[in-house]
Amino acid sequence: MDYLLQPWAWYISGPLIAFVLFLTYYFGKSFGISTNLETMCTIAGAGKISDYFKKDWKQRDWAIAIVLGLMIGGFISNSFLINSSVNNINAETITDLQKLGFTYETGSFVPNELFNLENVFTLKGFSILLIAGLLIGFGTRYAGGCTSGHAITGLSSLQLPSLIAVIGFFVGGLIMTWILFPLIF
Amino acid sequence: MKNLKFLLVGIVFGIVLTKSEAISWYRIYEMFKFQSFHMYGIIGSAVSISMIFMFLFKKGSIKDYLGNQIHIKEKKKGFIRTFVGGTIFGLGWALAGACPGPIFVLLGNGVISILIVLLGAVLGAFIYGLLSKKLPN
Repeated sequence: MDYLLQPWAWYISGPLIAFVLFLTYYFGKSFGISTNLETMCTIAGAGKISDYFKKDWKQRDWAIAIVLGLMIGGFISNSFLINSSVNNINAETITDLQKLGFTYETGSFVPNELFNLENVFTLKGFSILLIAGLLIGFGTRYAGGCTSGHAITGLSSLQLPSLIAVIGFFVGGLIMTWILFPLIF
Repeated sequence: MKNLKFLLVGIVFGIVLTKSEAISWYRIYEMFKFQSFHMYGIIGSAVSISMIFMFLFKKGSIKDYLGNQIHIKEKKKGFIRTFVGGTIFGLGWALAGACPGPIFVLLGNGVISILIVLLGAVLGAFIYGLLSKKLPN
């Protein structure tokens, strides 16, 4: 049981993600999360504004079920499979983040400086999270997939568009981390 | 309850993403700083093993639960769409420290403020939908 409570190693987690992909295809559907962002637009009534969203979202109710499962899975982990206070983050990473003004609390997933409710309701704090979201939503839909749809599904089925997209993911991520972070924080 | 199986798939995925720390903002920063193998190990091993599944799907050795051939959808082609779209997503991924799956998992973990990222992501998808015909491929 103690093993379950520890953070899981990559060689346990990666194969389990492949198993999730296998199950999704075995049950007759394709693996990918970001299309749900469009489905949510359709559910919210975006079809009245643009034909792009005039779709029957009930065709994708299975994917909404996966999204609900993601939330429940997060809740179960947090309630019953809580990480013991093990820190696996590289000490160098923590020092680099301190220089930018971030503190690391052992066992936490997100920094208070960005996600604490007090900081979220400042103009800067709110804008950062909203803009990050806009980039994620617009970028994944333009590219046609995210980490699951392109990086896992697309690369493993040897599709060239996915390789280009994943290179893009890293170009964007490196620009943000190495160039923009020191300017923003 | 035909979707119960997908709910369970989601629950397993949510637990794996939490326990692997793939939902951790710090892990994403560490990955883009090349200071840990962890995230590369997760993505690399997930892709390698999925490759075997994909091969067996295409060959027809593994059929779906109804006994039908499993088809892998082809991704939309276009260099600009995939590269520029991918880069835009990468900027957001590094800033929020979360991609679409983990956004929902973090919500389940009680990170309420991720709702702002989710709101932004849905708006972003909406803006894409409005512009989709005008954007270069």
